[in-house]
Amino acid sequence: MSTEALTLNDVTIDLRQKRILENIHLDVAPGSFTCLLGPSGCGKTTLLRAIAGFTPLSRGDIRLGRRSITHLPPEKRQTAMVFQSYALWPHMSVGENLGYPLKLRGVPREERVRKVAAMLERMELGGFESRTVTQLSGGQRQRIALGRALIIDPPLLLLDEPLSNLDAAIRRSLRSELRRLQKSLGITTIMVTHDQEEALQMADQIVLMRGGHIVQVAPPQTLYHQPADLAAARFLGVDNTVTRQTSDPAMASAATTFGFRTRDALINAPQHPAMLTRKGRVTECVYTGDGYQVSLSTERAELCATSATPIAPGTFAVVQVPQSALIPFGPDDRHLPPLDRQEDIA
Amino acid sequence: MNITRVLSPIGLGLLLGVVAFIVFGPLLNLALWAFAEQWFYPNRLPTGWGFSFWERVFRPRAGAWTSLFNTVLVAFSAVILSMALAIPAGYALARQALPARNVIMLLFLLPQAFPNLPIFVNIAAIFYQWGLNGTLIGVVLVHSLPGLVYAVWIATAAFSTVDRSLEEAARNLGASPLRTFIGITMPQALPGLLAASIFVFLDSIDEFTGTFFVGAPEITTLPLLMFNASMGGNYQVAAITALILLIPSVGFMLVIERFLKADVLSRVGR
Repeated sequence: MSTEALTLNDVTIDLRQKRILENIHLDVAPGSFTCLLGPSGCGKTTLLRAIAGFTPLSRGDIRLGRRSITHLPPEKRQTAMVFQSYALWPHMSVGENLGYPLKLRGVPREERVRKVAAMLERMELGGFESRTVTQLSGGQRQRIALGRALIIDPPLLLLDEPLSNLDAAIRRSLRSELRRLQKSLGITTIMVTHDQEEALQMADQIVLMRGGHIVQVAPPQTLYHQPADLAAARFLGVDNTVTRQTSDPAMASAATTFGFRTRDALINAPQHPAMLTRKGRVTECVYTGDGYQVSLSTERAELCATSATPIAPGTFAVVQVPQSALIPFGPDDRHLPPLDRQEDIA
Repeated sequence: MNITRVLSPIGLGLLLGVVAFIVFGPLLNLALWAFAEQWFYPNRLPTGWGFSFWERVFRPRAGAWTSLFNTVLVAFSAVILSMALAIPAGYALARQALPARNVIMLLFLLPQAFPNLPIFVNIAAIFYQWGLNGTLIGVVLVHSLPGLVYAVWIATAAFSTVDRSLEEAARNLGASPLRTFIGITMPQALPGLLAASIFVFLDSIDEFTGTFFVGAPEITTLPLLMFNASMGGNYQVAAITALILLIPSVGFMLVIERFLKADVLSRVGR
């Protein structure tokens, strides 16, 4: 089966009289990797489950390619999903787990055995057929779950936080492995994650969600440098905000607030007129490995900045932020100039 | 402190001895009676030993064989009937929201809250109208009643431990709801369902009151035979019947234990 585009139109979901998702419009290009990113409770997992058919829609339409799958039961949708818990069947061996979807499709035994072996080979777990699921490590289980989903050659792959149960080192290596595999198969993939770093590294397109709405749909670079509003910016690691002053750089004249990341803010650098400058008293200085993270108390706000050398708390220091690192926001906390959400869908 | 430390092994040993006596004492007495030919009051032990009562019990016309057959047949039928009802009911209850589930489960327990006797007497009255008194079906039904309560409770517990995402994964990869239930849910709940079967089986094997009111005198099970023998002062026959009663129970438990072990092992892993 060839990979297909996914279109969500006006998807609205209510669970127990509570609105979980409202008015979701989304286009996913065939073969692309889309991340649903957002804090827990934003509805991203519900959206994924709705695509898989586990959560009924109150309104709206889901299309896979040209056909509407809105009213199909999960088993008819062909949307292979990898669960957060992997959901491998413990009463079956690894080979039986991988073979079960084929068995359901009436694939003859010999072909099943051959396909399972090939998939295990692809997952670099060749010869694991007779192992029990409980004997596998977390990373191995994750790969078996992925292989089980891919073995039916689905038009759409759904991943529900597939890496969040693994420890940091395996997670990092699996990120690139997963991305390589997705690219080589060219399969349309939607992944749910709450980890912005993961989303930025893996996705072609990130769907930023909050409170049951889509806040922004953009490629990683755009999302990182031009978050749609202040809350989105905070979620993406923009941890400092300052109110605009007359002496600040003359960019984005309507902006009332600037946001910037701690790593872009420098302490006691040579004075430069094109930089945003604030003075403050140092309250804390913490070693972070690459340098020092300095907390300052200025007239209007608490700020964080980086410094190559330690700075004694209690002393006064100057924070400077280059114009390129400033993210301008209007009085309504929205990015300036306003971003058209649909335009960002690359 | 020191005294207790010295005494505790001795105390523990004594306690174990007393418990063992309480548990095994009657069984030992039973074994003695089963092989006693003569045992009158002042004697501590039987004065004559032998197998003549065994011969009497197993004589074709004595009814022991029929009773044994009835007992086992009724027990298996009760297991099948209870499980046939408990599996769908337990699954439905396990997938319910909690408050509703608790109410229904309590309702299920309600018959057990009343004394057995009036319930069985009333069942006998109803069955009499329906012509079920003195039939095997009637006895199976009356045996399934207490068994069903346990079966539903245990099956509900077994099904609610099945991780829902396992079922969802099967649905997602193309299994119909029924196929998912048979291929994924049932094997996962199997240890619990087998445990429920044991309960129903053992409950049925030594069920007396219900059988007495609904089955007697047409249907005789081993407990009824034993009751008649004891009431007639024939302790030998009662003891031998009791020993026979052990056979299906022990056999069933051995079979089930094999299943349970294999399954539990494969699940827990090494």
